[in-house]
Amino acid sequence: MSDILLNIALADDDEDDRILFGEALEGLDIRTKLSLFNHGQELMDYLNLPNVILPSLVFLDLNMPIKNGQQCLLEIRSNPKLKDLCVAIYSTSSSEKDIEDTFSNGANIYVNKPNSFSKLREVVEKVLQLNWQYHNSNLNKETFLFRI
Amino acid sequence: MTLFIKYNLDLVCKTLLKEKLDTFDVSFTIGNTGEIHIDKTLSEEKLNIISSTLKQYGIDIVTNPKATIVARIKYSIDEYLRNKDLRSVKFSAYLADKLHYSYPHLSTVFSENTYSSIENYIILKKVDVAKELMCNTDLTLTEIAFQLDYSSVAHLSGQFKKTTGLTPSAFQRIMKNKKQQLI
Repeated sequence: MSDILLNIALADDDEDDRILFGEALEGLDIRTKLSLFNHGQELMDYLNLPNVILPSLVFLDLNMPIKNGQQCLLEIRSNPKLKDLCVAIYSTSSSEKDIEDTFSNGANIYVNKPNSFSKLREVVEKVLQLNWQYHNSNLNKETFLFRI
Repeated sequence: MTLFIKYNLDLVCKTLLKEKLDTFDVSFTIGNTGEIHIDKTLSEEKLNIISSTLKQYGIDIVTNPKATIVARIKYSIDEYLRNKDLRSVKFSAYLADKLHYSYPHLSTVFSENTYSSIENYIILKKVDVAKELMCNTDLTLTEIAFQLDYSSVAHLSGQFKKTTGLTPSAFQRIMKNKKQQLI
């Protein structure tokens, strides 16, 4: 397996979800470094820091105070410095409209928050694998859309 | 005004490589599995310049031998999926013959270095080609299914849904929305 360290960011206002997500990452073969943010504004402030090392993958909860996931997504996609970031939506909503809207606004992956820890690990691993493939293969990034 | 384009990635890449390498005064041939044969050994300095020039276009020179094999396998998969004539032989035979290694060996190297298996990557890539055909051509799903050797549209739709989590029609709706937002 490759030993490159993968930078990941997660913005989620629910503390339990943040902790579980971190634990799920730790159990995987892929080596990762996770940065956590309590809401969208915190994440955007971080991404806009000068000289920041951009994460290769950002997970966004949709419902967050101050700045929600949709707003972050739109800001990321309209910022030339950030527009190539891989964005995964991480939400409890499974409304078809939410899903299609976030894809239309530029999300790459839509993950429904699973209701068990083992499922969460599976899902996170799958997202990281897809993200890795898209960064390392000749796959078309314009059509990088997956719902997991 | 907005123009919509479609393109042949392989041709784009080879033309670009040729144009760039021509400026370095070396004689070379571009092979079919992502390799470039250069007639003499280049100095490290020159290699670095070539490498940084190509990097601007998203082309990386692979140096790790395992990574080289993986890159050549991926390249062969691309070609195999784009060319219906090649698919008269099984992929494992095609690959072994082309890269001069046994398939089990190639398969192991691939799995050890990519978090994935050759079989999974082929499915991912096949769906990627289907996506491209849906976006950039007027082909119907039936025609796309035929072109990619699926036994039926249902089989294509099924694998598409299983791999991407989206139905082909939802995917097409999303891509249409994305295009409209750019205008």
